[in-house]
Amino acid sequence: MQVTMKVNGDEVTRDIEPRMLLVHFIRDELELTGTHWGCDTSNCGTCTVWVDGEAVKSCTTLAVMCGAREVHTVEGLAKGGELDPVQKGFMEEHGLQCGFCTPGMMMTAKWLLEKDPDPDEETIREAISGNLCRCTGYENIVRAIRWAAEHPADDTSEVTA
Amino acid sequence: MQVPETFEYERASSVEEALDLLERHGEEARLIAGGHSLLPMMKIRLAFPEVLIDINDVPGLDQIRIEGDQLVIGAMVRHQQVLDSPLLYEHYPVFRDAEKVIADPLVRNRGTVGGSFCQADPAEDLSAGGAALGGSVVIRSKGGERVEPMRDFHVGPYETKVGPAEMLTEVRFPIRPGAGSAYEKVERRVGDWAVAAVGAFVQLDGDTIADVGIGLAAVGADHYIVPEAEEALRGKPATLEHLQAAAQLCHDNCAPTTDQRGPEDFKRHLAGELTLRALKRSIARARGEES
Ligand SMILES: Cc1cc2nc3c(=O)[nH]c(=O)nc-3n(C[C@H](O)[C@H](O)[C@H](O)COP(=O)(O)OP(=O)(O)OC[C@H]3O[C@@H](n4cnc5c(N)ncnc54)[C@H](O)[C@@H]3O)c2cc1C
Ligand code: FES
Ligand code: FES
Repeated sequence: MQVTMKVNGDEVTRDIEPRMLLVHFIRDELELTGTHWGCDTSNCGTCTVWVDGEAVKSCTTLAVMCGAREVHTVEGLAKGGELDPVQKGFMEEHGLQCGFCTPGMMMTAKWLLEKDPDPDEETIREAISGNLCRCTGYENIVRAIRWAAEHPADDTSEVTA
Repeated sequence: MQVPETFEYERASSVEEALDLLERHGEEARLIAGGHSLLPMMKIRLAFPEVLIDINDVPGLDQIRIEGDQLVIGAMVRHQQVLDSPLLYEHYPVFRDAEKVIADPLVRNRGTVGGSFCQADPAEDLSAGGAALGGSVVIRSKGGERVEPMRDFHVGPYETKVGPAEMLTEVRFPIRPGAGSAYEKVERRVGDWAVAAVGAFVQLDGDTIADVGIGLAAVGADHYIVPEAEEALRGKPATLEHLQAAAQLCHDNCAPTTDQRGPEDFKRHLAGELTLRALKRSIARARGEES
């Protein structure tokens, strides 16, 4: 069936089977492979994207359920060639090793900061509790998100300008 | 790659339309709310509905409100809304306790109250919390609306009073001024289903337990309750001795089974211990000693 949704601000239309999961729609139909696909069992969170502003697991959402909704993926984080503070935070604080969990971590982190721009460590750990990382031990991920909180977009733009 | 069996997809924009679609497509049609219980089951082919009716666009079901002496929670209220609701916290902290330990924030952004109650998983935390509080469940069909007692709603594991062409629209809980409530859960790791969990409320009259409710998840309690334990407390002084006796009744009268989450005797131990803790915290909250 035909489905139309907005992905990172652009309207996309595809003819798909209703059983297609959002993660496959994003990766295979739209070829936006920044969103990763891991456990397939709703546990790891690497497939995290936003649907209408809420961070959700795209392996547990049907693409057709997102018709007429707005989806945001990791590709939409950078604006006009400028990395999002969350992305900069992961760079500055070495918030990744293999990088497999990173897109999901960053989408959850960004969602958290939209709700709570100044989260403490406990709040950050709770927010990313649905995103698993096999490499970092989470310490640097927490620091990366704190870095982003301390360097909101307006402050950092002039540094790289 | 896990992919569901093929199905047709419909989207309802009102309760009436959802009911029409259910009727038109017959027994093989299913409603989908958050999809966080149904889609995982469809992916491993434990469920294969022929038609899915999406109710995410149905307006009016995502409210938490007070109606007379009842707290009303709409079927499409998400776990995250329950967690964040000051109204629910004010009347029944048991909801915030439970939501903090249901899955993770991403699942909570999607999963709904209606889906949780209708899934009727024996380990469902909201169902156990709801059973503790009692209250009622509103079911709509084309013939009209009926209200069922919460404690009759779950017919058995994965089975409820909701018929094939029916839909749960809201759950209601009586407001009990001065009552305290709490939820205690043991899980293997953050975000997992309960090894065992217990929700409770206690209403005090001075130092006497005027009313009490206990709901247990994942330990095989019929309708998530052990009425003997509640009976043993009603009208009794709120002393440790009485609480321990009730906890012992929960320990003795539940029916857990050994599985990957733990052996039967461990779960039974937890049923008793978590009952005691949930009662103690409910009482502390009723007395204003704990928030
Ligand atoms: C990784 C993971 C961890 C989880 N951990 C926990 C946990 O620790 N504790 C816990 O309690 N839960 C847990 N859950 C379950 C979660 O709470 C689900 O969101 C919830 O059980 C179902 O809600 P849903 O809206 O997603 O329902 P859906 O999957 O959409 O529906 C579930 C069932 O209910 C029916 N249904 C839905 N809405 C209605 C309605 N209004 N009227 C009639 N029928 C309806 C559907 O047809 C379906 O049969 C977990 C889920 C996941 C994926
Ligand atoms: S792939 Fe979606 S949670 Fe792991
Ligand atoms: S960086 Fe490897 S899984 Fe997180």
